[in-house]
Amino acid sequence: MTTNILEMRGITKTFPGVKALQDVTLNVARGEVHAICGENGAGKSTLMKVLSGVYPHGTYTGDIVFEDEVVEFKDIRDSEAKGIVIIHQELALSPYLSIAENIFLNNEQRGALGLIDWNKTNTEAVKLLARVGLRENPTTKIMDIGVGKQQLVEIAKALSKRVKLLILDEPTAALNDEDSDHLLNLMLHLKGQGITSIIISHKLNEIKKVSDAVTVIRDGKAIETIDKVDVTEDRIIKDMVGRDLEHRYPDHTPNIGEEILRVEDWTAHHPQDPTRVMVDNVNLNVRRGEIVGIAGLMGAGRTEFAMSLFGRTYGSRITGKVFKAGKEIKTRTVTEAIDNGIAYATEDRKTYGLNLIEDIKRNISMASLGKLVKGGLVDDNEEFKVANEYRTSMNIKAPTVLAKTGKLSGGNQQKVVLSKWIYSNPDVLILDEPTRGIDVGAKYEIYAIINALAAQGKGVIVISSELPELIGICDRIYTLSEGRITGEFPIDDATPETLIKHMTMEKAR
Amino acid sequence: MSDLDTKPASNTPEGAQVNPSNSKAAAWFSHVIADLGKNGIFVALIVVVVLFSFLTDGILLRPQNISNLIVQNGYILVLAVGMVMVIIAGHIDLSVGSVAAFVGAVSGVFAVTWGLPWWLSIILSLLVGALVGVWQGFWIAFVGIPAFIVTLAGMLIFRGLALVVLGNANIGSFPGEYRALGNGFLTDVFGEFELDPLTLGVAALAIIALIVQQVRTRRGRAAYGQEVEPLVWFVGKLVLITVGIGMFAYALASYKGIPVTLIVLAVLILVYGIIMNRSVFGRHIYAIGGNLHAAELSGVKTRNVTFWLFVNMGVLAALAGLIFTARLNLAGPKAGDGFELEAISAAFIGGAAVQGGVGTIGGAIIGGLIIGVLNNGMSIMGIGIEWQQAVKGLVLLLAVAFDVYNKRRSGGR
Repeated sequence: MTTNILEMRGITKTFPGVKALQDVTLNVARGEVHAICGENGAGKSTLMKVLSGVYPHGTYTGDIVFEDEVVEFKDIRDSEAKGIVIIHQELALSPYLSIAENIFLNNEQRGALGLIDWNKTNTEAVKLLARVGLRENPTTKIMDIGVGKQQLVEIAKALSKRVKLLILDEPTAALNDEDSDHLLNLMLHLKGQGITSIIISHKLNEIKKVSDAVTVIRDGKAIETIDKVDVTEDRIIKDMVGRDLEHRYPDHTPNIGEEILRVEDWTAHHPQDPTRVMVDNVNLNVRRGEIVGIAGLMGAGRTEFAMSLFGRTYGSRITGKVFKAGKEIKTRTVTEAIDNGIAYATEDRKTYGLNLIEDIKRNISMASLGKLVKGGLVDDNEEFKVANEYRTSMNIKAPTVLAKTGKLSGGNQQKVVLSKWIYSNPDVLILDEPTRGIDVGAKYEIYAIINALAAQGKGVIVISSELPELIGICDRIYTLSEGRITGEFPIDDATPETLIKHMTMEKAR
Repeated sequence: MSDLDTKPASNTPEGAQVNPSNSKAAAWFSHVIADLGKNGIFVALIVVVVLFSFLTDGILLRPQNISNLIVQNGYILVLAVGMVMVIIAGHIDLSVGSVAAFVGAVSGVFAVTWGLPWWLSIILSLLVGALVGVWQGFWIAFVGIPAFIVTLAGMLIFRGLALVVLGNANIGSFPGEYRALGNGFLTDVFGEFELDPLTLGVAALAIIALIVQQVRTRRGRAAYGQEVEPLVWFVGKLVLITVGIGMFAYALASYKGIPVTLIVLAVLILVYGIIMNRSVFGRHIYAIGGNLHAAELSGVKTRNVTFWLFVNMGVLAALAGLIFTARLNLAGPKAGDGFELEAISAAFIGGAAVQGGVGTIGGAIIGGLIIGVLNNGMSIMGIGIEWQQAVKGLVLLLAVAFDVYNKRRSGGR
């Protein structure tokens, strides 16, 4: 009898041409929170897919020992039957079904004649919801609750399956700070009830907060497992990238010039419910060479502001004025915004930023095809050349620009999105969560790109919910709460404490 | 990293050598295999042709039959061109058969009942098709009703209107020039020979143009440091295509020459091929089908593109209606029945994806030809219409299943 609930021994998994995992060993002690870190593509997800039976026994080599028994999972049901439940980053909930229906999906609470016993379903659901600290009516539809609560429903669903080992794949990636905190506390709470968990995360501060041990994976190998007392951010980062990152943010010497963009009294309403104010009288400006941050919690109206400004792609009843270099401009359509030198890189690259079934080349040229037209036709040789130049200068890791963007890692996808917008030659770039879901090494590269853009005299607006990131790269930060600008801070006055205070400032009622 | 200019100075594309294989033969072989995989649909057409020329004791490849194959399937191929564009954009058009019937009927009124000149009748008919497209495009692009619903409604509306126009009778006996669209041959214009010299001349020109264009493309790519296929394979393919065109032209020349329908088709394939590959409009169609939101946020005027796409489809449906009517020399209420299904099948057999974003004009044409050869071959063999239907359905299913299987296999992790 060991104290380990799980031992993965010498796991090797190969895909055609790639060794995704090489002799990885992972030991998870009973009742602990075990964090797994690594850059994107390091093999974390592959390891978890091996564990949960997505890659069935026989497609990998090595042994999995769960509760002192060698297990050979054929599929994900096998692993769930043993009490291993994995919650993926993209939640597997059906939006049109109720909370209770989702919890008991494929595990329906049956009564007489094998029909569903709704009373039992809903009562059991309430009990499970209480365990995850969620007070919601079990008949509420999933689509009507926020992402943070949906995450909790997923955990309640796992609890309903009598989970012993809970695996969370980047659970806080889409959550704001408050929901993240709640989730992390819940993990500690479940630990108290004897549930072991594995958390995959990029966020080093939260790893430090919850985990008892951290295993770092790099290039398909387990680099080391660090005990709680020895965990430092620097050590994890060093293990992840294989080198010392002296600074997590590249040096940036601001060279600030004239005002390039000013937004006055910008107000936008909800697209379906025009009485709801989503962006409330926002005033802000950016100067040439300046990196301006917008800090706000999820739902504060950050993306809503950016999208309503960028060709009115969000909202209704939009009012306000936009000035570029002192002259009023209109941004009523995306084309008009682009023509006026504004670019907007969206928060969700897969849904809104890229054509994933198309290659790098055509994604980069998408917003500026007109530049490549010769004699009425697109010059595809020139397009290839341009794309190749960006592949080199932006360090997009792909064998050729003919590679489909759907096959790239998050960091490289983001570089393609940025290339697209840089090629449109804007004066102002609005970057919405530019480093979300991107590993540490690629983040640094993105920051360097942002700096380089500012150094060229462009104005950059960075929207982010990661405060250290904003403080690390910006020259000035606005805080946004409930659609209103609640503060403006030169970088020297911006501390996490003051920013948070202003980000949570509520309207006087 | 500091060099972020829109035009960085470096011009050393590392991507040029993707496959640094030490064995030249292996690289060559892998290239041929990859090419065949990419053009699997072309291979499938050849297989179907070879199969049916055996099953029909060679009747399939007789000059007269080859000529018939083109003329009989011309209208489906015209529809397939428009349909694959609609499908690439992520839509569908169920109304094309009814629109073809409606425009056929209207053209009968123009050319026969009113006695307008043939050319004016054709132009007016195409305009009617465009108006139909404007109507459907408006609902789909600007009101936001799914194309499936709008064109399902259109299928009923225009079938009904066709009956209204015809008043429960056929309109027949069109002017000769009008009929040429479906039945005519270029030799009719230039006189008749044993082996039509015009056909052979046109074929020779086409081959020369093709070779010049291919060589120029290859040189252009090489000049920009892009990967080009091995020279042997490049030349080999050109030789194969030349032989193919030559044999095809010989067959046509020893029958009646070049069908007018073929000329119309050739122009459509050329023009729309260029539009889809090289024009901004074509690129926007692929972008919309690939990711509507991303296209919108990149400044693509998605509604306008969708609108014009359906206007275009309306015109092509009208053209198909004209060719069909001209061929039968009759505008009847049953015209165009089931055309939409054949055109949609052609697009999907030709590799278009149900989710949109993927597909080619060439693929749709070959898909249409496969259906055509199946129809024709089975008819020669004396297989009844009921079995023909069943076989065609099965082929559609298998073609798409094969495509899905292929994608899954190459999908990696």
